[in-house]
Amino acid sequence: MNAMTPTKNPTPPNHIGNNRGGNGWGDHHEDQYESASPLGKRIGLWIFMGVASILFSSLISAYVVRMGLSDWHPLPEPWWLWANTATLILASVFLQWSLNSAKQGNLTVTKNGIMLGGLFGALFIVGQVWAWLQFINLGYFVETNPANTFFYLMTALHGAHLLGGLVAWIRTQRTVQRNESATKVVLGVEMCTVYWHFLLVVWLVLFGLMLLT
Amino acid sequence: MAIGIALILLVVGTLAFHFWSPWTYSELASNWGQIDSMLSLTFVVSAIVFVVINLFVAVCVIRFRYDKDRKADFDPENKKMEWILIGITTVGVIMLLAPGLFVYSEFVNPPEEAHVVEVVGQQFAWSFRFPGEDGVLGLSDMRFVNIISNPFGIDPDDPAGHDDILVQQEELHLPIGQPVKTQMRSKDVLHNFYVPNFRVKMDLVPGLVTSLWFTPTKTGTFDIACAEYCGNGHHTMGGKVVVEDQASFENWLAQFPVFKSEDSQVEVSIEEIGSRIAQSACLSCHSIDGSPSVGPTWLGLYGKQETLSDGSTVSVDDDYLRESIVDPNAKIVQGYAGGMSAFANLSDDELNALIRYIETLSE
Amino acid sequence: MAKAEHVEAEQHHDDHDDHHEPQGIWQKYIFSQDHKIIAIQYTLTAIFVGLIGLGLSGVMRLQLGFPGDFGITDAFYFQAITMHGMIMVVYLLTALLLGGFGNYLIPLMLGARDMAFPYLNMLSYWFYFVSVVVLLASFFVPGGPTGAGWTLYPPQSILPNTPGADGLGIVLMIGSLAIFIVAATMGGLNYVVTVLQLRAKGMTLMRMPLSIWGIFTASILALLAFPALFVGAVMMMFDNLLGTSFFMPAIVDAAGNLVSASPDKPAYSGGSPLLFQHLFWYFGHPEVYIVALPAFGVISDVLATHARKTIFGYHMMVWAILAIGVISFVVWAHHMFVSGMNPYFGFFFASTTLVIAIPTAIKVYNWIFTLWRGNIRLNTPMLWCIGFISTFLIGGLTGLWLGNVIVDIPLSDTYFVIAHFHLVMGVSAVFAIFAGLYHWFPKVTGRHLNKIMSRTHFWVTFVGVYVVFLPMHYLGFEGMPRRYPSYGEDFNFPASATDLNAFITIAAIIMGIVQFVFIFNMAWSAFKGKKAEGNPWESTTLEWQTPDTPPVHGNWGPSLPVVHRWAYDYSVPGANKDYLTQDTAPSATAPRSDRHLDDHGTHNNGHED
Repeated sequence: MNAMTPTKNPTPPNHIGNNRGGNGWGDHHEDQYESASPLGKRIGLWIFMGVASILFSSLISAYVVRMGLSDWHPLPEPWWLWANTATLILASVFLQWSLNSAKQGNLTVTKNGIMLGGLFGALFIVGQVWAWLQFINLGYFVETNPANTFFYLMTALHGAHLLGGLVAWIRTQRTVQRNESATKVVLGVEMCTVYWHFLLVVWLVLFGLMLLT
Repeated sequence: MAIGIALILLVVGTLAFHFWSPWTYSELASNWGQIDSMLSLTFVVSAIVFVVINLFVAVCVIRFRYDKDRKADFDPENKKMEWILIGITTVGVIMLLAPGLFVYSEFVNPPEEAHVVEVVGQQFAWSFRFPGEDGVLGLSDMRFVNIISNPFGIDPDDPAGHDDILVQQEELHLPIGQPVKTQMRSKDVLHNFYVPNFRVKMDLVPGLVTSLWFTPTKTGTFDIACAEYCGNGHHTMGGKVVVEDQASFENWLAQFPVFKSEDSQVEVSIEEIGSRIAQSACLSCHSIDGSPSVGPTWLGLYGKQETLSDGSTVSVDDDYLRESIVDPNAKIVQGYAGGMSAFANLSDDELNALIRYIETLSE
Repeated sequence: MAKAEHVEAEQHHDDHDDHHEPQGIWQKYIFSQDHKIIAIQYTLTAIFVGLIGLGLSGVMRLQLGFPGDFGITDAFYFQAITMHGMIMVVYLLTALLLGGFGNYLIPLMLGARDMAFPYLNMLSYWFYFVSVVVLLASFFVPGGPTGAGWTLYPPQSILPNTPGADGLGIVLMIGSLAIFIVAATMGGLNYVVTVLQLRAKGMTLMRMPLSIWGIFTASILALLAFPALFVGAVMMMFDNLLGTSFFMPAIVDAAGNLVSASPDKPAYSGGSPLLFQHLFWYFGHPEVYIVALPAFGVISDVLATHARKTIFGYHMMVWAILAIGVISFVVWAHHMFVSGMNPYFGFFFASTTLVIAIPTAIKVYNWIFTLWRGNIRLNTPMLWCIGFISTFLIGGLTGLWLGNVIVDIPLSDTYFVIAHFHLVMGVSAVFAIFAGLYHWFPKVTGRHLNKIMSRTHFWVTFVGVYVVFLPMHYLGFEGMPRRYPSYGEDFNFPASATDLNAFITIAAIIMGIVQFVFIFNMAWSAFKGKKAEGNPWESTTLEWQTPDTPPVHGNWGPSLPVVHRWAYDYSVPGANKDYLTQDTAPSATAPRSDRHLDDHGTHNNGHED
């Protein structure tokens, strides 16, 4: 019923919700039916986060079971993990700032926010790799102790999800930078932001688990 | 139509097969008659359901087959009947579950007076340990394992282990009428201690001690079969349990060495040392009677010409045998999969003893 | 495209225009985003890999029936059982039922033009394709595929003396599973969102055909269960390649040395083999229902159509599907009654397992009451349905044996278990697949299958499965353990059991060969079969009401269908024919019959009367 939203680039109605433009990623063809509504996309994202939650819960259960066995020596908790955590929190804050601005129609702030958010996200990944190198330098190899193994495994799986988030961020970012109307990018920014918030929560849970044990 | 008749024939055929085929439960030789009762109860319940439902479908298919002048009933649901059926099913399930759990609670609670025997699994052989006079098994750990001096990995500092009796063979004897609790552990992979006639079985898990209990009630010899896949020789991992009276059992047990006594070995021949090494490390995969196993047989091996997997031949001498023990996958005999562990930790003397022992099998 | 501008955008895309037909063979048939093409790709790939699984079962049967006579080494036997199990459970059944049937039926049965995320759908297929390639590649690496058993239990699966563990076999297996899980997640996400979002006007949840309910619930189970396997697979990869000790306790080799992943790694110590089993079966048991629920759904729909009767107790059927889905997550350790886990778990898991028998029994009752006073057309799909009821019945009943912990203890790891899971999960699921393939083939290809070949295929297979699997229960009573390539003189199994094994082998091979009749029938009929009309079985559901057969890209022509009734209006009193399609508007000669579904508060968006 909200038929004709005025657009500069009219897309045929049978392609609603299909935000194309040669973004180079996912080479869609004009002749496909992309039928997910904004709600459908949100549901899709939530389902994916549900799946990822199950993945990390399985990992955490395995962690708790394995921790109970005799040969467990926890890792130290150096400052650089705290610094990384702060970086990831900043990424989330900037993305949220961007989303709020997009909702208010402030395109400039949206652009800046999403840019900063993504950069801090990328910085977190770099920071995690650096943390790995530090631990290896200190002699905490992956096979030395199950606690080490879990640290590497958890950060690696979390990192893989972050890389996915980064790809999503690159896509959203391009659309945002190219676009001239903040309202049109709300959905994209929102999905990106929600996913990064999710990754932050996962990290806080994993990091908290490692701190507590 | 044909499918209806086929279903009726299926029911008749299944019942006929059940009553006239020679295959049935192996003879019960333990106290677990209750398990057999549970099997029978479950069998009767499921057989009745199987017969009734198949015949019901057969009747439907025959009676209500297509007729273009007839219309099917319109009958989308009948809540009352559905609830009644749920009720009946629930009662049936409880009828099976309640006695089942009752018997299971006996299975998980071994009697106090049960005597203990340890069952140790390794690829692809069984060995057994009795606790000796103190009735307590010594602690064990894989770090203590040495195939010559301590094949069971018993902790030498635990005094409880000093009088443990080591039965390093695949035949276990048990006294009749006495409940026995088997404590089980594995040196490598998962195994499963299964004697069909005793009904009970349990996995052997490396890193854990598992257990089960039973009371042998019949004298005789019964098969042990490994029931959890354990690698290339899984199906060769057999053994025997001999159930006999108390006196014969004690006689049998008296012939086996006690753990600590192995330290003070009397002088034995070099071939005898080789034979002991073979017993604890080799004979689970190599036979000495010419029968095929996971690896080539040792009977007549020394001095013969062996064809390798690349087609070349090699003469079996000291050098070849030494290489095949220390670096076994360098030359694989044709027809075998390889994959033997490298026995690089044997000293030169031990290697020599083993080769001399193999040589005796060609004489 | 000019036409598009004045079309109302009320529904997502009421406009369909032949210009949208993808151009070029590459986009049309290879990297297609059309759910129907993807469904066919999934189906054909799954059937192909299934034939390899069938061939491997032939290898096993030859060795078991005639030990040593065919030059099959023990190692190859173990590799065959491993690959057979994994291929059949994951790469055939899961892929075909969700990827094949799910993809084809969800949009068509719900009146949508395509999946919610067509691009993701295409990726899902290609990930699946890559996972199959990686899996099959293990046949060609040095050492061959892994022979650890399909359950991949450590420590066995990563020790170098296991077949295939020396080379890349186990790595490829784990890697392939991980890729498959990614594919299944993409697919599952798509199926769930599509069912929630893209139902045609009037298609309330309680009007959906049971096939969709089954596939929908199974997709949710897949999304919830596969991550555990993924974690297990990654952890096993760590233990295998990096020498960590998640699942590896301290163990010694035959020489008495502590084992490590490689000479430069520390020895394994402290890990828990049971932890892997828990992760595996936390996935593995829902996996049974990931296969079974779509099969239940397909059987319900095919049964009602050919019996010309409403499915009996639709409500209860839906609730049963949901109940089974939920309970399936708390029964996994019934696979581990003799694993050495804490024996007190047995009480809990035996109880939950037998509870799941109740909703399952309801489904069986409702199928047979659907037949009662029906007007049964014994077409080939119907024969498979009846065969399914019979095989599922016996497989389900033996589930009562193995779920009840004390009865499981003597039978676990014997041929009884083999008979049970082949009948309940293998044969029954395959029967449902055949019922579905025979049922929907005329819609997919626009042609009928050859009747003589179809009947030959059914009868030989139906008799075959009983001849093969029924005696196996009795071998289990004898105590014959599974995963033995031969039963040597060490064991006192009766000589007649060996003869029985030879007999089973011959029956199995005949049955295996007949499957090629089916393959030939499909291939031949797809091009040369008798032409089929749009709705040859006179079915009510939407997929039979497409304007074109086979349906073209976009499925529905210019306007989407509108749904006025539930999926089972067969033989409605007062109607002028014995079926009313879901898009038939209510009228004097087409009364509505699904009012009994209205009182139940699913959000009803069909206010047509």
